Amino acid sequence: MNTRMKVGMKKSLAVYAAAAYAFLYLPLLILAVFSVNASRFSVWQGFSARWYQAMLADHDLLESTANSLIIATASTLLATAIGTLAAYALWKRSSTWLSGSLYLSLVTPEIVTGVSLLAFYQWVFRYLHLQLGMHTVVLAHLSFSVAYVVLVVLARLRTFDPALEEAALDLGATELGAFRRVTLPYLAPAIAAAAMLAFTVSIDDYVITSLVAGVDSRTLPMVIYAMARRGVNPVLNAVSTVVVVALGALVLISERLRAS
Amino acid sequence: MRPLRSWFIAPSIVLMAATLAIPLAIICVYSVLTRGAYGGVEWPWTFENYSRLLDTLYGAIFARSFGIAAVATALCLVLGFPLALFIARSGSRKNLYLSLVILPFWTSFLIRTYAWMFLLRDTGLINTLLQALGLIRQPLPMLYNNGAVILGLVYGYLPFAVLPLYATVERLDPSLLEAAADLGARPITALARVTIPLSAPGIRAAAMLVFVPCLGTYLTSDLLGGSKTILIGNLVQNQFTASRDWPFGAAVSILLIAIAMALMLAARRHGPDLV
Repeated sequence: MNTRMKVGMKKSLAVYAAAAYAFLYLPLLILAVFSVNASRFSVWQGFSARWYQAMLADHDLLESTANSLIIATASTLLATAIGTLAAYALWKRSSTWLSGSLYLSLVTPEIVTGVSLLAFYQWVFRYLHLQLGMHTVVLAHLSFSVAYVVLVVLARLRTFDPALEEAALDLGATELGAFRRVTLPYLAPAIAAAAMLAFTVSIDDYVITSLVAGVDSRTLPMVIYAMARRGVNPVLNAVSTVVVVALGALVLISERLRAS
Repeated sequence: MRPLRSWFIAPSIVLMAATLAIPLAIICVYSVLTRGAYGGVEWPWTFENYSRLLDTLYGAIFARSFGIAAVATALCLVLGFPLALFIARSGSRKNLYLSLVILPFWTSFLIRTYAWMFLLRDTGLINTLLQALGLIRQPLPMLYNNGAVILGLVYGYLPFAVLPLYATVERLDPSLLEAAADLGARPITALARVTIPLSAPGIRAAAMLVFVPCLGTYLTSDLLGGSKTILIGNLVQNQFTASRDWPFGAAVSILLIAIAMALMLAARRHGPDLV
């Protein structure tokens, strides 16, 4: 390949990539800029924190944020525990079970997962006297967050030398003791990273949550969605900025942990 | 004694059965039952829910969903491929550039969709700018149409396309490209005759990963398409909420999964490393 053409190709790729990254990030950046705009229209009228003040005074937003945090904390703790155990069990064997359920969840659109869970809950509730609420949302979130935990922890386990654990067993550790004292500490960064991802996907979910939430368990995405359907609202720009920054930070920390 | 480890899988099997297998089985059963008087389902069993799908009204919804998902997938591949190529060829900065693609994927799909409502609406930034520049008098109707839905899907799923594309492009042997160049191929020819054919598994995987969620999309079409753009996902949601026709909604769901499965299997038959 002659060098000039090669350089030309490389340059045009770089220009293209810059445009692609702008496409990915500019819309969010513009939201952030207009969240501190004094005007409610798309015209810059000077800096103002009024939409953030309005956000903090909005009862619906605060209550749904609290709900979202409770649900995400519960589902993250459970998903991390269940997913880590599953990854450990799948470590040394072929994982047809894992790829099978991954396939099934891959071909099932979110909306179908949501309505099938709703149908399942209604069917169960005929026999048990329960109602839709936080618990049904937590269980629904577990259905998709465990897979992320399994994948992240399994990736870390694949780099773990099983001889370390065998050495512990040879030295008289019980199976549980070797897991707890040798394997688990090695996995800790991956488990923390997985927990953050599980938290992120739980905080973020709208489609499934909206179908299985009860009247007392409206989450933040449900309130954001209702606001968005009513039209653009500068308070929503402020909320969006806070959510994007918070989730972005969480994902970056998670990436760091996985790379370490 | 069975090793303790094999029991560690039990909680997730119970969970997957309760949240995936059993609910889907219930949907299967509901899809051949009759709609109850106050929502819910009743006997006797019937295939009517499936035969109703042959109605041209629903045929149009399926056709529109297929069209929109196909265009969005094609755009994701065309836009994603050069980006994957750029990342794969950027040496020590690979991981940074890849993270920059993945980051938006993790940050709220809902908010990223809302961002486009903010930009595209009649009094949004783009229309305001164009009017201020004197290019247009009346705001362009950019929101609440098929184009807005396609844009929202491409924006949302572009990272989905870049990841598998990057994974295959990155593994390509650079000496193959050098060989092509030595034999007189121009960069564009090498791209068309060497890089792209060798990336076929990644392209297939990317196409599936984008097409399947696009076909079942609900959120994007609801927010950016407005009430005019009803897609399969909106039809399902509607049957389970406002219309309260669960058996019909279940039949649509089963058809949607069946289509997705058929596509996955077809893609898999042509190459093993899909997921």
